[in-house]
Amino acid sequence: MSNKQTLIVIGNGMVGHNFLESLVASDISDNYEIVTFCEEQRPAYDRVHLTEFFSGKTAKDLSMVTEGFFEKHNIKIHLSDKAVAIDTTNKFVTSEKGIAISYDKLVLATGSYAFVPPVQGHDRENCFVYRTIEDLEALTAAAKNAKVGAVVGGGLLGLEAAKALKDLNLKTNVIQFSPRLMSAQLDAGGAQMLAAKIEALNISVLTSKNTQKIIDGSECKHKMLFADGTDLETDIILFSAGIRPRDEIARKSGIEVGSRGGIVINDQCKTSDPDIYAIGECAVWKGETFGLVAPGYNMGRTVIADLSGQEASFKGADMSTKLKLNGVDVASIGDAHANTENAIVYQYQNGADEIYKSLVVSEDKKKLLGAVLVGDASGYGTLSQYYLNGIELPEHPDSLILPARSDESVGLGPDALPESAQICSCFDVTKGQICSAVESGCHTMAELKDSTKAATGCGGCAALLKSVLDCELEKSGFEVNTDICEHFAYTRQDLYNLIMVNKIKSFNELLEKYGKGRGCEVCRQAIGSILASYWNDYILQPEHLSQQDTNDTFLANMQKDGTYSVVPRMTGGEVTPDGLIAIGKIAKKYKLYTKVTGGQRVDLFGARVDQLPLIWKELIDAGFESGHAYGKSLRTVKSCVGSTWCRFGVDDSVGLAVELENRYKGLRSPHKIKFAVSGCTRECAEAQSKDIGVIATEGGWNLYVCGNGGMKPRHGDLFATDLDKETLIKYIDRVLIFYTRTADRLQRTSVWMENMEGGLDYLKSVVIDDKLNICADLEEQMQHVVDTYQCEWKTTIEDESKLKRFRHFINSDKTDENIIFVEERGQIRPANEDERQHFALVEEV
Amino acid sequence: MSKWVDICAITDLPADSGVCALVEDKQVAIFYMPKDNAVFAISNYDPFGKVHVLSRGLLGDIKGEPMVSSPLYKQHFSLLTGKCFEDESVCIPVYAARIKDNRVAVSLEE
Repeated sequence: MSNKQTLIVIGNGMVGHNFLESLVASDISDNYEIVTFCEEQRPAYDRVHLTEFFSGKTAKDLSMVTEGFFEKHNIKIHLSDKAVAIDTTNKFVTSEKGIAISYDKLVLATGSYAFVPPVQGHDRENCFVYRTIEDLEALTAAAKNAKVGAVVGGGLLGLEAAKALKDLNLKTNVIQFSPRLMSAQLDAGGAQMLAAKIEALNISVLTSKNTQKIIDGSECKHKMLFADGTDLETDIILFSAGIRPRDEIARKSGIEVGSRGGIVINDQCKTSDPDIYAIGECAVWKGETFGLVAPGYNMGRTVIADLSGQEASFKGADMSTKLKLNGVDVASIGDAHANTENAIVYQYQNGADEIYKSLVVSEDKKKLLGAVLVGDASGYGTLSQYYLNGIELPEHPDSLILPARSDESVGLGPDALPESAQICSCFDVTKGQICSAVESGCHTMAELKDSTKAATGCGGCAALLKSVLDCELEKSGFEVNTDICEHFAYTRQDLYNLIMVNKIKSFNELLEKYGKGRGCEVCRQAIGSILASYWNDYILQPEHLSQQDTNDTFLANMQKDGTYSVVPRMTGGEVTPDGLIAIGKIAKKYKLYTKVTGGQRVDLFGARVDQLPLIWKELIDAGFESGHAYGKSLRTVKSCVGSTWCRFGVDDSVGLAVELENRYKGLRSPHKIKFAVSGCTRECAEAQSKDIGVIATEGGWNLYVCGNGGMKPRHGDLFATDLDKETLIKYIDRVLIFYTRTADRLQRTSVWMENMEGGLDYLKSVVIDDKLNICADLEEQMQHVVDTYQCEWKTTIEDESKLKRFRHFINSDKTDENIIFVEERGQIRPANEDERQHFALVEEV
Repeated sequence: MSKWVDICAITDLPADSGVCALVEDKQVAIFYMPKDNAVFAISNYDPFGKVHVLSRGLLGDIKGEPMVSSPLYKQHFSLLTGKCFEDESVCIPVYAARIKDNRVAVSLEE
């Protein structure tokens, strides 16, 4: 006679079986004789993947029982025998086949059954549920002689079943009682997007359909009649209208059940009888049932702990789900319906790519309460981290659901970028790859570039790469070296302050006081730019010359062949016919390639250094001035034609553009600055893609800041609305000077904004509310720049000593004979290498 | 004996900047660093951009070694050895340069 106790598990479904597995793996398994009842003919199989039965998986494939499991662990299983009664007083279980077994401990894992709405005709032939392998076998057989199928229920399982019907070559309909699909998990927007995607798979979705009666059909076997008077003919009906706990054995045996069904359990998963536990879908805990396997498994572990005398309690479950439904990614997290009081909802809908995402966050925007993802569930991992761990959300929670391509552009630091975000598009390097490189020891830009190749292509992502690097280093506790270079142990902002406070006027003075060595191209250019922003001296003064990049030195843009391009300013894109003719004549005279730029002006290419002053002399005589295309400075103010000519124009956009361009031209800044002004909300000037964008409205000017095109396009943020011109200019003055003071070197306003702690709200507080009490100072500095403007070309050609620089050789009047042009489409272009081989004779231009 | 070619007066050279000189049909970039009271001469040819522009690069040093940064693709070349800091397999010609009697001279000989 064994001194072991007997433990009976009623039900060998997924949860019941998982319990057995955990039990035999535990320390207490030797304490029990284990017996289990299974009403089905086969032991536990994977019901979650039941649909795969149709795609060729066999019952054996789906089985969850490893071969010899019951024998090995000496578990007595009664297959095809259902436990029907429990005598709780005398502690024995009776089965359908008449077996009676005494127990010491009993675990109910009876699961659930598919709910069939009690409509008239629900029990007609070819009406099925979707629960067991037998159900699927019967369905498959019936489908052979059927053309149309209908699934009643548009929940998770119903949509899976619809896919099954579709795969059985039936014309498939999904009939949903409520107005939307997956109403438990999805909000209205998500459900709508899902419906669109399901319909795209050729499955009809009928919502708000209350089936009242099923009668004989005329073309099909059945006709379903709906409450709204419509009907549907179908050969097969599949009910998938939810599940209900299997609690009948508990009811009969006097064990407490919930008011809406389910065996009531406490935190230890004990029923009202202290020797009887219930786990999985048959159980109701705090009024809640759990239709997923994970909570059931969790309950099982709680029971084992309790049997072992350990303290354990079931604490409810996260019902977040992520699944692929008919190829459609769907995920739901937490309070998807925003039922929490004062919850805030963010939604992102992309009709083109059929993506819908919503976020539900707490009133203080700090905690994620729920989320819905349809069409792209890639963010599920991150979002559930936020949800499950209560991680504080980023400043702008919507950044988490906005698409990766504009991740940089939504006011989040690199920290908030998903791992999958592509940082370098030349070499397809993701943030995840960069992070692992940093982790494995790449702590400088050079090492990072070497190891990941990021920023070694066009280099356009260097700033972003740097911010990811800094962010990762900071996170891992490294001191981030923000020194601008090896010659100055300061940030650009530090250097700006040093120059401002100490009234330093030259690079050498700064180097002597605060730097070391000879400098380099990084600190020279950065400091040259700061000095120019602050003092606005002529940049070719001898003490400033060594800080100027070749473009600034020659006041033109160096091209790949060593020649330069020339861009005269055309404020607001406005040019007189005489002006155009003059440009044409000059271009023709010097055989320059001409092209209209995106900034609404004309670029003249192919000028040798020695030609630059000659070209500019003529341009200035024709009334033009430097366009500063070569500088890290204001480039252009693009405009639409505005109310002067346009039928729709609300205000004079060209007039304002001209005024703004004239005000800010010549302003040196950490990077180039582009403006645009649109005369109405049709936004033809694309102002929202500019550093500073202005759009006319009936009430005044709307100001957008920190937008840009380029490799990481960013829409400008709406900064202020309905401004009069005076206020508009005041705000722009302040924003721009604040930018020149606080941005990193070569940092566009977009990245500046994204790295700014506090983001847009902070910038507003500085510029609009004057939080730092510096606005008067900012305006004064801008006024100084405006007042000291000079056309650098005019100054240059008037100064003989400066012109000495504009020759190729210091000791010869010859020109660089390696510059060779060929003709294409009626204009010149640099010869490529092959062509150079053919030019044995040098063509002098 | 080196053959010195007279180029210009030292006052013709902008401080901490470069010029290009034509020396026996060769384009030579000459840089003047007043702090070192020195001139440096290297080939003006940028092997990456494949054009003659190095004289228009920005000057400085990397860990004390004087260098010029290419105005095209920003590689750094040592003014002492011609070695490219980013790619050790690339080395450009370096020439002797001197300031004597306020005149700048270059020698193409080794």
